[in-house]
Amino acid sequence: MVRYFIKKLITLVVLLLLVSITVFSVLYVLPGDPAQIILGLNATEETLANLRAELGLDRSFWVQYLGWIGDILSGKGSWSINYDMPVYDLILSRLAVTGPLALMAMLIGIVISVPLGIYAARHQNRPGDMIVMFFTQLGLATPEFWLGILLILLFAVKLGLFSAGGFPGWSVDVWGSLKALLLPAFALGVIRASILTRLTRSSMLDVLREDYVRTARAKGLRERSVVYVHALKNALVPVLTILGLQLGQLLAGAIIIENVYYLPGLGRLVFQAIGQRDLPVVREIVLFMAAAVIIVNFLVDMAYASIDPRIRLE
Amino acid sequence: MEENLLEIEDLSVHFHTPEGIGRAVDHVSLSIAKGETLGLVGESGCGKSVTSLSILGLIPSPPGRIHSGHIYFDGKDLRSMGENALRHVRGRDISMIFQEPMTSLNPVLPIGRQVAEPLMVHHRISRQAALEEAVQWLNRVKIPAPEKRLHEYPHQLSGGMRQRVMIAMAMVCRPRLLIADEPTTALDVSIQSQILSLMEGLRHETGMSLLLITHDLGVVAQMAKRVVVMYAGQVVEVAGLQDLFERPFHPYTQGLLKSIPRLGSRAAGKKERLKEIKGTVPSLLDPVSGCKFADRCPRVFDVCRERQPELEAIRDGQQARCWKTQFSERSGRYA
Repeated sequence: MVRYFIKKLITLVVLLLLVSITVFSVLYVLPGDPAQIILGLNATEETLANLRAELGLDRSFWVQYLGWIGDILSGKGSWSINYDMPVYDLILSRLAVTGPLALMAMLIGIVISVPLGIYAARHQNRPGDMIVMFFTQLGLATPEFWLGILLILLFAVKLGLFSAGGFPGWSVDVWGSLKALLLPAFALGVIRASILTRLTRSSMLDVLREDYVRTARAKGLRERSVVYVHALKNALVPVLTILGLQLGQLLAGAIIIENVYYLPGLGRLVFQAIGQRDLPVVREIVLFMAAAVIIVNFLVDMAYASIDPRIRLE
Repeated sequence: MEENLLEIEDLSVHFHTPEGIGRAVDHVSLSIAKGETLGLVGESGCGKSVTSLSILGLIPSPPGRIHSGHIYFDGKDLRSMGENALRHVRGRDISMIFQEPMTSLNPVLPIGRQVAEPLMVHHRISRQAALEEAVQWLNRVKIPAPEKRLHEYPHQLSGGMRQRVMIAMAMVCRPRLLIADEPTTALDVSIQSQILSLMEGLRHETGMSLLLITHDLGVVAQMAKRVVVMYAGQVVEVAGLQDLFERPFHPYTQGLLKSIPRLGSRAAGKKERLKEIKGTVPSLLDPVSGCKFADRCPRVFDVCRERQPELEAIRDGQQARCWKTQFSERSGRYA
């Protein structure tokens, strides 16, 4: 287990390093001069040069990169041109929206999909299974922004149970904030649940055909323990993979759904920052998004090991 | 005559497939006495595994379904039992071990737990007590350092060790009938005889009955006193071990015996080619009006293709499903 952990940890660090270099160099070669953006089109050549020197833009690529990565590692980070505040604080304040949103969406997705997938697998080709397959097909074909709009129409406009969008902020109104995240989380969760249900079903179907499931039945175990202990533990491994990918993506910001619900999340931040050519913000958020995916996958790898001894004891 | 522990009467199992109904088991009857070892022999696909799985109601359904027949265990009809009552028979009165020890153990659960599980379910004892008994059983099936093995996983054991674990798991509740479905087929030859003598020892000790399913006549010769031969879902011959080897009646049984390589046949100057049975098993989907073996039979004559023979007695303890029973070669050795 320790060896596996260390191996995965080294992979994690190397990956993060490569990602940081890629992100930095892509934005480095991109046209557009940050000094020009800050000072506007009427700035003189001299003031531009001064600002470039101040921002360190006149130095070589590697010096700039090392300076940037040093700032990030030391916890200083860069400074947003547009918001005039540390990018770190900006990300943290937006993560307070996107983080809970992603977790709620995943939770909804899991609660719906795992029991439904198991049910469908156990009733393969019978009416219950067909109904599940029909609705998951529908879920796969539904764009999440459209489902988001439908939910607003129903719960906010017609029934008046929820507000149609916006976010009061955790420090202002905890319950109201939670409520504001519920509809978008549901829209995201239901769509993700469609894939996860189908995956759980097919994985469970494979496992239920395994010899060891027959052995478990031959021992006289209750059907419940056969399915939920002997089969499920084996069936979860592929489900976990997709779950990790989905969570990583959601943490990186659900750009569309945040726009539908006017949520001040990471997705909206990066969307606006690109429009405003706020390079330090874009750079750090892209790095953060990539890091979120990599770190969640690292956690998934650890979860694999806790489920499957063949990985753990390798 | 001893009392029969298991009696299968006229069992038919059908598989409903898009291509039609497959008659995997076709009116099979057999019985096992208390303490007896019965060998069930036949090539793959002849229905021997399906027969054994239907005893405990374990045929995959759908597509499989027991169409008709009775299975009596100790006088009780297992087929009329509810799922819950049958569950209490499984692993307690009747246990099974399977061919593939690699895939028959759950890869993500520790061995100790898997061996202890039947005890926890059927005897309702605590996990701790069950694990202690599991250690004793692992010891009895000669697994070295059983306390240490409890926490190991199947992939850490060799094939032979895994089959020992399977046997321990099947034995913990001291079943009265052990069904072993090709228990040694996946193992090295050197391990095979160890596993067989282990099972034989346990049978002797506990007085249980053993249903040994195999395609290997060598295994049968070593273990069984009585043998049932199946072909294409039907019982074609029932015989005592000695009769089976010395005067097999059914042409299929004779073919099976001829297809065993014999050591020294070359040295004896005979230089015989190994005989195989020509042709393949008929599809279980097509209804055959005559004898199912007719197309491959070296002794086939007209009536074989027209009507199906019944299982007829030849001598005490030997029966065969062949038209020859009605005609010339009724007595004497068939060459």
